[in-house]
Amino acid sequence: MPDAPGLELIRGEIEQDHPNAVLDTSFDRGQPSLVVDPAQILAVLTWLREAPGQEYRFLSSLHAADYLPSTPRFGVHYELLNRDRVERLRVKAMLAEPSSGDLPTIDSCVELFPTAEFQEREVFDFFGIVFRGHPNLTRILMPEDYVGWPQRRDFPVGGEPVTFTYNERNYG
Amino acid sequence: MAEGPLETSLDTEVMTINIGPHHPATHGVLRLVVDLEGELVRELKPVVGYVHTGIEKSCEDKSYWKVIPFVERMDYVSYFFQMEAFCGAVERLVGLGIPPRANYLRTIFLELNRIHSHLVWLGTTALDLGAISMLWYCFRERDKILDLFEMATGQRMHTRYFQVGGVIEDIPLGFEAKLRQFIAEMPVRVGQYEDLLDRNEVFLSRTKGVGIVPRERLLELGVTGPLLRAAGEPWDLRKTFDYLAYPELDFKIPVGTVGDNYDRYRVRLAEMVESVRIVEQALDGLPEGPFIADDRKYVLPPRSELPTSMEALIHHFKLVTEGYRVPPGEVYYSIESPRGELGCFVVADGSAKPARVHYRDPSFVNLQAFRDMSVDSYVADMIASLGMLDPILGGVDR
Repeated sequence: MPDAPGLELIRGEIEQDHPNAVLDTSFDRGQPSLVVDPAQILAVLTWLREAPGQEYRFLSSLHAADYLPSTPRFGVHYELLNRDRVERLRVKAMLAEPSSGDLPTIDSCVELFPTAEFQEREVFDFFGIVFRGHPNLTRILMPEDYVGWPQRRDFPVGGEPVTFTYNERNYG
Repeated sequence: MAEGPLETSLDTEVMTINIGPHHPATHGVLRLVVDLEGELVRELKPVVGYVHTGIEKSCEDKSYWKVIPFVERMDYVSYFFQMEAFCGAVERLVGLGIPPRANYLRTIFLELNRIHSHLVWLGTTALDLGAISMLWYCFRERDKILDLFEMATGQRMHTRYFQVGGVIEDIPLGFEAKLRQFIAEMPVRVGQYEDLLDRNEVFLSRTKGVGIVPRERLLELGVTGPLLRAAGEPWDLRKTFDYLAYPELDFKIPVGTVGDNYDRYRVRLAEMVESVRIVEQALDGLPEGPFIADDRKYVLPPRSELPTSMEALIHHFKLVTEGYRVPPGEVYYSIESPRGELGCFVVADGSAKPARVHYRDPSFVNLQAFRDMSVDSYVADMIASLGMLDPILGGVDR
């Protein structure tokens, strides 16, 4: 793993090519992460994948979290892995909820990491985060005609009624 | 009847067929939308989500120790791995070390679970290929593993044995003898499976050269586990990342050469033997001492202290009612499950309930390689490839 100074070095190198792309770094519980400007996420991921000495070519996991009530609200996490050096690096893009009621949007990294296809669909399905440029951004685990973004923190647990035949018959 | 040459050009048109979601050969509730030209698969799209139960969402409403039985039910064949991923993530969040004996006990049960998972895979996949007797032989050994689980944990499946800080109970008297008997028996059994399948003409022609995906493509698709190793990539998190007792144990990583279905079968069979070796070494080197960490803020006090110690009673009460609070932070912890990299991502917000629990399930990611494995092959080979992919739909849909 890159340690805390190593993380700052990576940040410095990214800043040379992409100024202001890295907003913050954190080294917490032995896990390094870069907080990246969502508008430049693809540039940073491409850099981390291609730059000599970095070569994080394996995307282990892509997932999201809803940090309500803090802002920006959504975080998309990319767990990168360099398999030669056995180093993990987390890249995190924080997305604010657009005030217009639109869905938050970020560039898709399917071109870069084909493995992200299902995982971006899953994030879209549960958080309503739109991945620009995804080849087939549809719901994957929830039904196609489902309305709502169930993993958001303001979506209540039990928000989905259980349809018992007894209830349907007597109260339906 | 008109005489003349037989019609030789049969027009074949591409037909879209729906296989599943309820089909025994899909190993769960998986739906495949397949474009067929005659018997050849030209395009394939897996449709998942039929057993989605919102476990990740439900976990956000449970205190940390109540999450453990929930996550076990995701990938219902490798439940010990699900527990380890979650418990390990929470231990890293709170900075809680586990005692050496717990490390070894966890390793023993994980590897027994790996054998169990591979046995279920072997039995059902061989069944798909027409080798019905394999199912009974494999489930005979699987039952012995379940007996061991029952002896140590009280449950055959979904044991809730791993706790944050260690394991809930020490192994009982007589467990070791029974486990040693199993260790002695299992490699012989694996040899018998090989004898049954390795020179079976039907099995060989159905698996050799079928479902090949190049190693580079597998890596692009994020495929891990036996599928990747069968393609010749010796990538195993047990070797690369230090966790549990694996760094202290001696074992090999079986790899294949071609990456066809036959290699996948060989790799898994060899893994079973390696797992037996790991269990044996872990049992030989099982350290004495406590089986769970002695941190009263996170771990239940011993039952025997409750009638005499007020403090223990208070801790017990606090832990059971509210649970423990985890300092804010986020952790991604990944382990090598029977299907590949199983990652657990936990976000803690300082309360007694996790703010987010996410599982990077290997079946879910590996399923993306299924199209590459099956396109331009026969339908029957597609079913064989699906078996060799070994997806557990409970884990895919969560």
